[in-house]
Amino acid sequence: MSETSDKIVEFKNVSLSLDEQVILEDINFTLKEKEFLTIIGPNGGGKTTILKIILGLIRPTKGIVNVFGMNPCNSPSAGKFIGYLPQHIQSDLKFPINVFDVVLIGRYNGLFKRYSKKDKQKVIEALKITGMENLKDRQIGKLSGGQMQRVFLARALVRDPKLLLLDEPTASADPEMQQSFYKLVEVLNEKMAIVIVTHDVSAVLQYGKSVACVNRKLYYHGEKEGAIGKLQDAYKCPIEVIAHGVPHRVLKDHNK
Amino acid sequence: MFEIFQYEFMRNAIIAIILAGIACGIVGTYVVARKLVFISEGISHAAFGGIGIGYFLKINPVIAAIPFAILAALAIGIITKKTNVNEDTAIGMTLAFGMAIGIIFIYITPGYAADLFTYLFGSVITVSMSDIIIMVILDAIIISIFFIFRREILAISFDEEFSKIAGIPTKFLYLLTLCLIALSVVVLIRVVGIILIIALLTIPPAIAKNFTENFYKMSALSVITGIVISIFGLLVAIIYNLPPGATIIVVLGATFILFGFTNKIIKN
Repeated sequence: MSETSDKIVEFKNVSLSLDEQVILEDINFTLKEKEFLTIIGPNGGGKTTILKIILGLIRPTKGIVNVFGMNPCNSPSAGKFIGYLPQHIQSDLKFPINVFDVVLIGRYNGLFKRYSKKDKQKVIEALKITGMENLKDRQIGKLSGGQMQRVFLARALVRDPKLLLLDEPTASADPEMQQSFYKLVEVLNEKMAIVIVTHDVSAVLQYGKSVACVNRKLYYHGEKEGAIGKLQDAYKCPIEVIAHGVPHRVLKDHNK
Repeated sequence: MFEIFQYEFMRNAIIAIILAGIACGIVGTYVVARKLVFISEGISHAAFGGIGIGYFLKINPVIAAIPFAILAALAIGIITKKTNVNEDTAIGMTLAFGMAIGIIFIYITPGYAADLFTYLFGSVITVSMSDIIIMVILDAIIISIFFIFRREILAISFDEEFSKIAGIPTKFLYLLTLCLIALSVVVLIRVVGIILIIALLTIPPAIAKNFTENFYKMSALSVITGIVISIFGLLVAIIYNLPPGATIIVVLGATFILFGFTNKIIKN
């Protein structure tokens, strides 16, 4: 890798339209190694779509996407460096599979390749990190929502990612769980870049290093310095710290 | 009553049931876990088109059903993934289209198709050696492909989106597994017939699910359940002079209900 080596994700003039409806318009941003980016914005604003473009699940209509030096739509190996925690688990929770085997899928490494002893050790390590090791033999549907999320976080971590994408990770968590979750993410940030999609502004203030607002367009606010004042500068409007409606108001201001 | 096993037709019937049990246990577990039941129903009915073509060309209808079932499977898969037609619409169209082709070919075939019911409702006691050879080959294909791709099949059955991110060729495997459903349908045609195939694909895995929370063990258990209960159903059919295919399904259904109840009682 050359001088651009610390850029792990790059969006250049990326637009996406579905059925003539513009979902994303002219998105530009870069993500560096070990960066901690929080993406906020209203529902339907395109936050999750940005993650799915990074993952190569959605191909943009226009623009260039570069993930670890690759186009994620054309080279599935870009996904090797990414851990992903989706907002909704689409799986059938009655599916005959236990926690250990769910996380083991994260170690998948190509056709005809068995899971090795090392893969299985990695699974145990990842379950230890998220505190789910003692439930490794439990059928996946027999967990609470919070526990299940920790299992899927372990599945993301077991891949030894350089980039961790978290989609509304605390949407269904109580405040105490939220806090322990963000503490865990902060520790993980020492080893990998993190992108969190959320509408929870309090999270941005406490943990995120940089902030972007997405509502069809993306407004990148760079490194915040932890202070509310700085964030208010960025948004050019007063911010109530813990109020879920706030991003909507913030985003109106961008268009002025 | 054990003297009936001396007859060749009885031995063939038992072998056919064992081969059918293997196919329906392995493929059925996947079908049930991934909720492809209606797709399987569509493929099995569409396979009737192949039966009709087989009659017309005077070749073994089971052989003619193989390419036709695979074509139906690919048609449903490709229409669903590549066009804006919904999956259930694609299934409905293919199902009726395949059956219609079968009816037309049987109609234009000279003479009376006397053993048509054999393929519609099954006739395990008239299974021939050539049918058994076809079933063995198809079973071998099904077992080896499922074994080779067992990790991928488990992953996409549980979470297709994540599998795609992990680098699994999900579209290819989706179409491949639909083809395997088509092959299993062909294996089952002689045993229970096109109309009742779906029961053999769904009931053994549904029973097996009571006893295990592991996908692979569920497959193995479905195979055993399917074989044991189907043989029991065959014996009941012979003793009481009932149609074997339908009797096997009724016995399977009754077993499912029985296990469902005992499970409830044990849990309470």
